[in-house]
Amino acid sequence: MFTLKKFLTTAAASVSLTIGLSAVIQAQSLGTAINESQLQGFDLIAQPDGSGYPQGSGTAMQGKAIFERRCVACHGMNGEGTNANTRLVGGDMQSEERPIRTVGSYWPHASTLFDYVQRAMPADAPKSLTSSEVYQVIAYILNMNGIVEDSLVLNKETLLQVEMPNKDGFIDSSQAL
Amino acid sequence: MSKQELEKVAANGLINRRHLLGLGLAGMGTVASTSLLGADAGLNLEIPGWSKTPGANASGYGSRSRFTDDMQRMAGNPNPLYPGGGASRSPLHQLQGSITPNSLHFERHHAGIPDIDPAQHKLVIHGLVRQPLVFSYEDLLRYPMVSKIYFLECSGNSGSLFGPNPADGSAQSLHGLVSGAEWTGIPLSTLLDEAGVDSEARWINAVGADAASMGRSIPLNRAMDDVMLALFQNGEPVRPGQGYPMRLFVPGCEGNISVKWLTQIKLTREPTHFRDETSKYTDTRLDRKSQQFTFPMGTKSVITAPSGQMKLERQGIYQVTGIAWSGRGSIRRVEVSADGGRTWADAMIDSHQSEKALARFRIPWQWSGGDAVLQSRATDSQGNVQPTRTSLVTEKGNISTYHFHGIQSWAVNTAGDVANVYA
Repeated sequence: MFTLKKFLTTAAASVSLTIGLSAVIQAQSLGTAINESQLQGFDLIAQPDGSGYPQGSGTAMQGKAIFERRCVACHGMNGEGTNANTRLVGGDMQSEERPIRTVGSYWPHASTLFDYVQRAMPADAPKSLTSSEVYQVIAYILNMNGIVEDSLVLNKETLLQVEMPNKDGFIDSSQAL
Repeated sequence: MSKQELEKVAANGLINRRHLLGLGLAGMGTVASTSLLGADAGLNLEIPGWSKTPGANASGYGSRSRFTDDMQRMAGNPNPLYPGGGASRSPLHQLQGSITPNSLHFERHHAGIPDIDPAQHKLVIHGLVRQPLVFSYEDLLRYPMVSKIYFLECSGNSGSLFGPNPADGSAQSLHGLVSGAEWTGIPLSTLLDEAGVDSEARWINAVGADAASMGRSIPLNRAMDDVMLALFQNGEPVRPGQGYPMRLFVPGCEGNISVKWLTQIKLTREPTHFRDETSKYTDTRLDRKSQQFTFPMGTKSVITAPSGQMKLERQGIYQVTGIAWSGRGSIRRVEVSADGGRTWADAMIDSHQSEKALARFRIPWQWSGGDAVLQSRATDSQGNVQPTRTSLVTEKGNISTYHFHGIQSWAVNTAGDVANVYA
């Protein structure tokens, strides 16, 4: 009898606890459900594994025309830049005393080039290039660095195959305290 | 009390910090009066004009005294080729305490400050979650919030000190990319839990609504810890320059990952390797490998007064003061040297020393007109001690110039000029 009474008391307590918790959870659930398909024009994230690469394609020579129209004011006719931050071409991480760090010498992933140009370039009109124009411009930047051939048609499949010279040059320190 | 009765605690004029308190102040006053505060026979105090006419009415929004208008952030010249890119630095040499006024909090923007209508702004949480969600500003204001005092520091702060020669600069120009504030917001874990984190998720990818759509990847275990969706700064809505209507806030870590104008959080297995975590904000070591995702800011302090480009007009007692902080804990100790690091004395640290917040330190110092090199050295609650500039540069090299947290040296010459030096 004593045991039963204890059981009932405990059960009653846990019922009220459950009600209390669900009330809290309801009060905090204010987000509106959405589907990934509703984010296609919103989510610009392109990762090294190929996720987020859109349709579209083009070559370095197509990109050269865009580059000379939209990019040279900061990045120079040959990607030499107007300062260390805007230089896109050259450099060597191993041989130079103070390595010049560019897309060619430093960036570990080609996906970053797509991701960044798509979201942030050109600086005076970000997001004004079509996906094909982004593929073309980055094909030209990679080509100036000798990373891809003139003939390459860059698209979501071929971008995934591009290997950057400094791909093994980084150490993930994210878990260091 | 005579000069001799002030307890000297380190060479070249440093005086026991207890003289900052009641009994000691009398001593300081006496010492100062011998050279500074003697009776001036020509001075006759009268009731000033502003005591004889009613002043201004109360106002809807306050402003500072017109006599303090020279207290300004220092912003570089705009670059027409890089619209909106740049930084403004807090006037550390003019500030006191450990909270930076919102108007003087440092800024760093990558594509300018967007003019965001909160009614149109959305925060999306998606990717490896049970249910992708979108939140409005009004939705978010209804969540339980927390308030915490934290420092925020750009990882490029003090970067010029990696250079081979000391720059002619001030506390503001050299170190002004750090500020302190009380941040109020929603623990990010609350919102991530609501979306339901998939067991395969390892990173969040946070993106802002600025013209650069600037993004950073942050490990999920960190995001579920003390990271906040900040909506208020020092009690008022976060200002546009700080991310209005909302920003991420990652305590103790390089400012860039506290993404402003936050609009997207995508959960993924791997980091995105955004431009600002590959090309920028990475640390190339002497062996040419580059460290990525180096988040915590080092144990650091800087003397804000006397500091670079100031001039000591006369000999006597000065209050040496500054700020100290650590991305890994609270500040337990700040030592000050007036002889370039040969002898050290403990400075007084103001009472509340919270985790990952600025701590104000002070110590009296008697300048007798000779050469001096003022330095400060912080120790945090984890036992981390601020390194000398030489040891930091020897260890890290100077290919990259992020995360400088070495000891700053301010030289005082016999004319009283204060300058940045390497000592």
